[in-house]
Amino acid sequence: MSRVLEIAGLVKSFGGLTATDHVSLTVESGEIHALIGPNGAGKSTLINQICGELAPSAGRIHLAGQDITRLRADERVALGLGRTFQITSLLEDMTVRQNLGLAVQVREGRNFAFFDNVARRREIWDETDAALAETALGPRAGVLVADLSHGEKKQLELLMALARRPRLLLLDEPMAGLGHLESQQMIETLAAARTGCAMLLVEHDMEAVFALADRISVLVYGRIIAVGKADEIRANPEVREAYLGEEEA
Amino acid sequence: MRRETLALLAVFAVLALVPVLAELTGQTSWTRLVGQALIYGMAAASLNFILGYGGMISFGHATFFGIGGYVVGILYFHFDEGTRFLGIIPGTGQMLLTLPAAILVSGLAAALVGALSLRTGGVQFIMITLAFAQMFFFLFISLKTYGGEDGVMVRRTNSLPGLNMRDKATLYWVILVVAAGYYLFLRQLVRSSFGQIIAGIRQNERRMTAMGVATYRYKLAAFILSGMGAGLAGALMVNFLRFASPDMLHWTRSGELMVMVILGGVGTLAGPFVGAAALTIIETLLSRLTEHWMLPVGVLLLAVVLLSRGGLMALIARMTGGRGK
Repeated sequence: MSRVLEIAGLVKSFGGLTATDHVSLTVESGEIHALIGPNGAGKSTLINQICGELAPSAGRIHLAGQDITRLRADERVALGLGRTFQITSLLEDMTVRQNLGLAVQVREGRNFAFFDNVARRREIWDETDAALAETALGPRAGVLVADLSHGEKKQLELLMALARRPRLLLLDEPMAGLGHLESQQMIETLAAARTGCAMLLVEHDMEAVFALADRISVLVYGRIIAVGKADEIRANPEVREAYLGEEEA
Repeated sequence: MRRETLALLAVFAVLALVPVLAELTGQTSWTRLVGQALIYGMAAASLNFILGYGGMISFGHATFFGIGGYVVGILYFHFDEGTRFLGIIPGTGQMLLTLPAAILVSGLAAALVGALSLRTGGVQFIMITLAFAQMFFFLFISLKTYGGEDGVMVRRTNSLPGLNMRDKATLYWVILVVAAGYYLFLRQLVRSSFGQIIAGIRQNERRMTAMGVATYRYKLAAFILSGMGAGLAGALMVNFLRFASPDMLHWTRSGELMVMVILGGVGTLAGPFVGAAALTIIETLLSRLTEHWMLPVGVLLLAVVLLSRGGLMALIARMTGGRGK
């Protein structure tokens, strides 16, 4: 198995606070690696450093063998890093179809063409329509994103990230705010997508984590206190105390 | 689609008849008025491309309008004197040379301003574009060779082969054709692949970055294209009024262009032209009655913004039952 993501000795401090404390972590190809931890553990800070919105104080990040520590966010995406946001982030004035179409267009290129007509670029719309038809969003293609339900927005955001055909997908709480049925759908979608790309999954929903993750890392106060398979993490007394315990209590 | 084509042809036909009708009715000042409105409409439409479609609130857009105008003025000045600009570039009075030169120079200025100001966003962007506008304004005031505060006269309108450009009606038709061409250019740009990226950046720049778009590059390209359009409008204005002055670059002029965009309808193709026409006509009519014509204009702007979300274009769309595009 080749290594899709390798983080080594990553440190981020804000003044006196060390939000990321010598974190090392790997994601192998085809793997779903879950990152769990209580609120304030530094999960979002870590995600933001991986996608390039925050610069780390020390340490290195490699994507498929290439050092991306100093690259801009959009350059990392071009190398195969996809992401979804904790709070969904879409183009609200456009329809579902236009949102996904734009994601396909960005990947296809020719984005500096002044004299073409997007509506007539068949390669974009054929792929967009085919992708939408396979999902529950199919009948909602012409709806403005501002009028979608929360669950539909999460689905669309995932589709847009996948349209880019990433090597690694960073998922920042994809289940947050979803109802039980929607969570089940999201788990199925992610399970189906795993053949195409590796994932780093930040999630609070333990049912989803245990259903999807090959390995789990536990982050507490910016430090990884345990890594292992689901059973090992469940059995780990330190993890139970720091995290799982307080949920069951 | 058909409906849009018909509407555009009808508007073009009516505008083309303006000099004839003005002559027949004896209201010759109307040709001048509508010609000015068309030119301001182009400048406002160029601003609207970055403001309405791209979400970049530039408060220094008159800079490029003025620079385009001064290119015509300065080239004519050297043509008239038989000297060379900076001892290198000979002057000219040929419109086929002056308009491209104006577009090129204002595009270069926009590249300079945009490259620096687009590194910021929000209020900072507004303030930096305003600061650049002030710098250019005082630069042109300090150019004593070209008249300083008084500006530079262009005693003869630029010539075009085969046309008598001293005839006011001919000049008006030239302006109308350029304005129509510019409208079609913007219409094409908005529908292009590039236009989609720009619309995406307006709505959610962070999302576009997450999709792998180097947003700065696209914003800069849009800013330069927009500056070039304003430069073209400025060049026509100097031909029309036959002088270029620092007044063209004053920050209140940038404000006026913004008012035209908002009055007509932000993010619509025809809106800036409608807004420019409305403001030019209201200004002319009211300034005959009172010196304080800005007051009723302010009240009107408030009413339009508050009552019709989307400016005059939204009102027109509601009245005709069509879509405001």
